[in-house]
Amino acid sequence: MALNSTLYNAIFKRTSTFVLLAMASTFFFERTFDLSAESIFRSVNQGKLYEDIKKEE
Amino acid sequence: MAATVGRICAGAGLLKTSNGAVFNQINAFSTTREWSKGRRMVLATVGALAGGAGALMFALDQSVKASDLELHPPKNPWSHSGLINSLDHSSVRRGYEVYKQVCAACHSMKYIAYRNLIGVSHTEDEAKAEAAEMMVTDGPDEAGNMFQRPGKLSDYFPNPYANEEAARAANNGAFPPDLSYIVSARHGGEDYIFSLLTGYCDAPAGIVLREGQYYNPYFPGGAISMAQALYNEVLEYEDGTPATASQLAKDVATFLKWTAEPEHDDRKRMLIKAAGMFSFLLVVTYYLKRHKWTNIKTRKIEFKPRK
Repeated sequence: MALNSTLYNAIFKRTSTFVLLAMASTFFFERTFDLSAESIFRSVNQGKLYEDIKKEE
Repeated sequence: MAATVGRICAGAGLLKTSNGAVFNQINAFSTTREWSKGRRMVLATVGALAGGAGALMFALDQSVKASDLELHPPKNPWSHSGLINSLDHSSVRRGYEVYKQVCAACHSMKYIAYRNLIGVSHTEDEAKAEAAEMMVTDGPDEAGNMFQRPGKLSDYFPNPYANEEAARAANNGAFPPDLSYIVSARHGGEDYIFSLLTGYCDAPAGIVLREGQYYNPYFPGGAISMAQALYNEVLEYEDGTPATASQLAKDVATFLKWTAEPEHDDRKRMLIKAAGMFSFLLVVTYYLKRHKWTNIKTRKIEFKPRK
């Protein structure tokens, strides 16, 4: 409970800090999400992408 | 938090009413049992007639389609067919070679520029070299004259004929279509292109071909003005792939798929992201709906008829 109340007092209590948290977490979430989507695409299409034929040359 | 997780995991049990009970309640309020016999007969007849008419119309429509003697191309297992499968870019590169050395003699590709090749099949330097191989009419210069200059990255693929009339005059009146969007513009897409390029054969008995026409069962009508263009070893691939006729057809079909849908790979990348995001949102929406409806679903309404 101690963690919950510190979290509440530090962030969720005020809109300003809440919005800041949303913006900061968006940055990390989107970066991770895009990278993982890209890595799925790359692993499915290994050997077929332009990056792969570029290496051969 | 633990309780919330427990409620989500318990899943189906959450706030569920018995479907059997609901059905009985609805049934008790139904008024169809009070209909007169005549009304029931009329409604049943109208229903049967409407269903019969619909089935007849469907059957007639199908029979018209069946009279159409068109050979549909078989579905081939393309390496890019599939929800998240990208184009085979080495195949696109070989397909460009085929287009440049074979198709481009008659077919234009006016919506594709050399800059579009960068990052798809060629590096920037290679694309520049490809563009520089042709001469473009540019101008006017200070004296008002048009002049010739080597191609640049921003130039579109050259047109083999000055205009449509010149193309028709050179091809027995048939116009070789622009190939930029041909895969999207033909039924069967890349399967059609592949089958057409490899499907030339002798005309069956009874089919009369005019001067300059060839027989291809995949071409609607059968008589096509394009001669078979792809044969084994008609060109030599840069990367040493054996240039059989079917390999050439497959590569050029993949290339034409790319020119028709340059956004193909990005679209499939986007699908992975959209599927991930929407499956997360679906879970949230499902939980939120159950949460908000708790009060309504657990409410009981008592109906007391007046004595």
